[in-house]
Amino acid sequence: MKITDKKIDEIANLARLEFNANEKIKIKTDLEKIVDFFDKLSEVNTDGVEPLIYMIDCQNNLREDEIKNEISKEEALKNAPDKDSDYFKVPKFIKK
Amino acid sequence: MNYPKGFNNFSQKVKSGEISCCALAEFYLSNIEKNKHLNAFLEVYADEAIQQAKKLDKKIENCEKTGRLAGMFVGLKDNICYKNHHVSASSKILEGFESLYSATVVERLLAEDAIIIGRLNCDEFAMGASNENSAYGAVLNYFDNTKVSGGSSGGAAVAVQANLCTASLGSDTGGSVRQPAAFTGNFGIKPTYGRISRYGLLSYASSFDQIGPITSTIEDMALLLEIISGNDEFDATCTQKPVEKYSEINKIDRKLKIAYLDNYINSNGVQPEVKEKTYQIIENLKNKGHKVEAANFELLDYLVPCYYVLTTAEASSNLSRYSGLLYGYRSKNSIDLESTFKKSRSEGFGDEVKRRIMSGTFVLSSDYYDAYYSKAQKVRRVIQNRTKELFADYDYILNPTTPTTAFEIGGKTNDPIAMYLADIFTVQAPLAGNPALSIPCGVDNNGMPIGIQVMTDLFNEKHLINFAKYLCEEIIK
Amino acid sequence: MNSKYEVVIGLEIHAQLLTKSKAFSGDRAEYGNHPNTNVSVVSLAHPGTLPRHNKNAVEKAIKIGLAFNCQIERYNKYSRKNYFYADLPKGYQITQFDTPICKGGFVKIKLKNGTSKKIRLTRAHMEEDTGKSIHDIEPQNSLIDYNRAGTPLIEIVTEPDIRTGEEAFQFLTEVRKILRYLDVCDGNMEEGSLRCDCNISVRPIGSSEFGTKVEVKNMNSMSNVKRAIEFETERQITAIEKGEKIAAETRSFDALKNLTFSLRSKEMVNDYRYFPEPDLPPLIVSDEMIKQIAKQMPQLPEQLYEKFLNNYNLGSYDASVLTETKEIAAFFESICKTCSNYKAAANWTMVHIKGYLNENALEFDDFKLSPEKISNLINLIDEGKISNSAAQKVFAELINHPNDTSEIIAQRLNLIQTSDTTELEKLIETALNKYPQKINEYKSGKTGLLGLFMGEVMKLSGGKADPKIASKLIKDKLEK
Repeated sequence: MKITDKKIDEIANLARLEFNANEKIKIKTDLEKIVDFFDKLSEVNTDGVEPLIYMIDCQNNLREDEIKNEISKEEALKNAPDKDSDYFKVPKFIKK
Repeated sequence: MNYPKGFNNFSQKVKSGEISCCALAEFYLSNIEKNKHLNAFLEVYADEAIQQAKKLDKKIENCEKTGRLAGMFVGLKDNICYKNHHVSASSKILEGFESLYSATVVERLLAEDAIIIGRLNCDEFAMGASNENSAYGAVLNYFDNTKVSGGSSGGAAVAVQANLCTASLGSDTGGSVRQPAAFTGNFGIKPTYGRISRYGLLSYASSFDQIGPITSTIEDMALLLEIISGNDEFDATCTQKPVEKYSEINKIDRKLKIAYLDNYINSNGVQPEVKEKTYQIIENLKNKGHKVEAANFELLDYLVPCYYVLTTAEASSNLSRYSGLLYGYRSKNSIDLESTFKKSRSEGFGDEVKRRIMSGTFVLSSDYYDAYYSKAQKVRRVIQNRTKELFADYDYILNPTTPTTAFEIGGKTNDPIAMYLADIFTVQAPLAGNPALSIPCGVDNNGMPIGIQVMTDLFNEKHLINFAKYLCEEIIK
Repeated sequence: MNSKYEVVIGLEIHAQLLTKSKAFSGDRAEYGNHPNTNVSVVSLAHPGTLPRHNKNAVEKAIKIGLAFNCQIERYNKYSRKNYFYADLPKGYQITQFDTPICKGGFVKIKLKNGTSKKIRLTRAHMEEDTGKSIHDIEPQNSLIDYNRAGTPLIEIVTEPDIRTGEEAFQFLTEVRKILRYLDVCDGNMEEGSLRCDCNISVRPIGSSEFGTKVEVKNMNSMSNVKRAIEFETERQITAIEKGEKIAAETRSFDALKNLTFSLRSKEMVNDYRYFPEPDLPPLIVSDEMIKQIAKQMPQLPEQLYEKFLNNYNLGSYDASVLTETKEIAAFFESICKTCSNYKAAANWTMVHIKGYLNENALEFDDFKLSPEKISNLINLIDEGKISNSAAQKVFAELINHPNDTSEIIAQRLNLIQTSDTTELEKLIETALNKYPQKINEYKSGKTGLLGLFMGEVMKLSGGKADPKIASKLIKDKLEK
């Protein structure tokens, strides 16, 4: 199928990815090839077939309401790209 | 001092004190150093390994009880968490990240006194079949450095192949344990979905992923499988079914019913030596009186597209947490929330990962959900049903693990679809949830290893191991 | 202007469930702690972590469904709602898209004109809360606290049955009351444990088509919901009258300026790419489970209200006040076990006890006196042993000496009424003798002077005279 530039932009936005001009050409070509490959599935007769959702052999695997496995604030912030002593920090929208 | 491969070949001597853990540690560490060029290890825990070896030796000296894995040195694929150690899925987006907890499988290994010797290179986020998608470079095949290790658990396979550690843990979503195991002459298993806890395994495709050991002997495989399998409070998808004693390998004392998928073996692109080896094994099995017949599996062409629709969809969601927000790489060009996400992810992820995220986002998007994702879920059920039918009639399904032996590094990187098709023999098992084991069965004319794959019914790992041992001792010649 | 148009309103309510731990992980679900201290590797979406669903959250969800007359879904699936935001660690929220645990249902509300109205529900489902971003502390950065991330939520969606801000207010009040009765949510809109968004559109009366829907967010109290609706109603009607088109948008309520304004949202329609959550098996709710939970349900406000009207003969106002909370209702009913003066029981509960508790910022659970003590007090009044005003003094004293009985305290304070008529007649004689002229004036028609004579008698008796009896005796004497 032909995928438009607009569609690539939409999908990239949903996935929070960005591509420069050259990369966009490549990803568009790749995605078109991949989707064409996926189109093969339309040859399989799936009339009356329910989608397979669960590979799990059990149900209702619920947990008791107990407080367990908490980590400390220091541990929580340890790997943060930006932080202060209490909070995770993210750059705010900057008005030009 | 050279130590043999196979924990079952030296574990008794460790228990008796004849071989010291410190000597083993030195041995493996020196092998790792000598084989740095293979690029199997991303990080070696040399000091830790020696410290732990010393402790273990002391315990043994004092006749204290030690675990079943005392003397085993294990490498972990770089997508399995080990507390206070880095884990990165071989991706720049997790560079420097230190895990705050250990995967359940790692806890179980440590409880039995295994020593974790290092972190192993893999395809980024387990996406690949050659270990060429790592942010840290390809892993070279030990038998021929111009050939790939296989992937995505390339480092894990080569480490065992080159005796850099006793055994390793990899992960298998579409063949990522079995295919590199086949390329490197090792045993590699994808257990039944839900057999082993996924807690601590960086998710790629949640309904496909399973952790699997890569070992040089079937006995090691059985022992590790027994120790790491079983129910886990942290993983709701892990089965409650009890774990059988896989390590007590039994003889095959009856005639078996075995199918092989002829249209697989005869398809284009299967290397002649691989075909030959497979048919030889089939012949030998027949000669032993087992019923071995060709079964038809008409869905061969749909396995790989079905697999990729569903795994890229799940992956596109599972990888959303890698965004420069709470941990990992954040782009220096982040000026607001949106650019934090977009730039960190675009700069941090490699091309194949981005390709799969885009593909997955596409098939889940509202315009295409029914045509692709929902359709693939239905095709998956058709595949699962057909697989169930086969196991109603047969004990095992036998196939080559891969169409060819290890290919040239750089040989398939231009066309994503060509790479995807390399998975053709291994994706049926994760699509249907069944267990499958790759067994080394010889080499091709260039000395490169060939693997034969045995698939069986759900939760039938005990018999699978028994059969694998039987194949090794009596059939594969 | 309003008579030409009909305002159509639907509400989306999020209620935080009162569980100990979070929906899908074991860290604490508690409000008000230091930032980033109620967290775990799971709620922070660390690599390799997986969800486990909290049983208590499920039970509370079912309780809510039963109380709101919903059908409980037997085969529950979980879904992922995919989007990126700073307060969403996983980059997706675990929710229920196609199989909400509760379907249909309704809540009855009482309108000011005395009629009642059924507000139908579309659905209620389980999901998890997000973290909190703080934007006004640092100029360059937003600060994020993930304590709230993963707290179990129920999202309740109504049909567009609401027609005014007042109805919305009543609806929220009733929902809050029921949630508190069930002990599933503390219903605190200011703290955010109960949140409400609304969808409003306007159409000409008689039209069956809906007008353009506007979403309004950020109303952090029930009265703000009412005010926002009223503002928005007027805004939309004014615009329509001018011939303007209503934009389908999201607006925010400004409580200070009492208006709604358009939110400059970059993503107009987000594609959430819902798909089934592969990390959680389906939740099968059995008949047995529902039965067990139904057994644990308390009597609900509507049931109690009817009971108070019919069995206790209370008026609608009293019945309403007494069913505001489970605790008031229970206290009232307990008094009535040993006291048949239901009206007095109601009065004491609503006025004196509630008044005392409010003044001292206490709850009914903190009240030191048992219901039996109150019924004793009421019985003492009804037996004529103390007057109403005396009883209030006894009550105040009882609170400080909860181990004493009303009778003992009344005696100690010398408040036991004299109903012995001989004593009383003597006092009346003395009192009347003080005012010979006034007696004449009374006899010639100034019957209001009875108050003067009563006052004197009460003074002489030290307040102990039974006013009913004294009044009768004075009148009899004066008529002679």
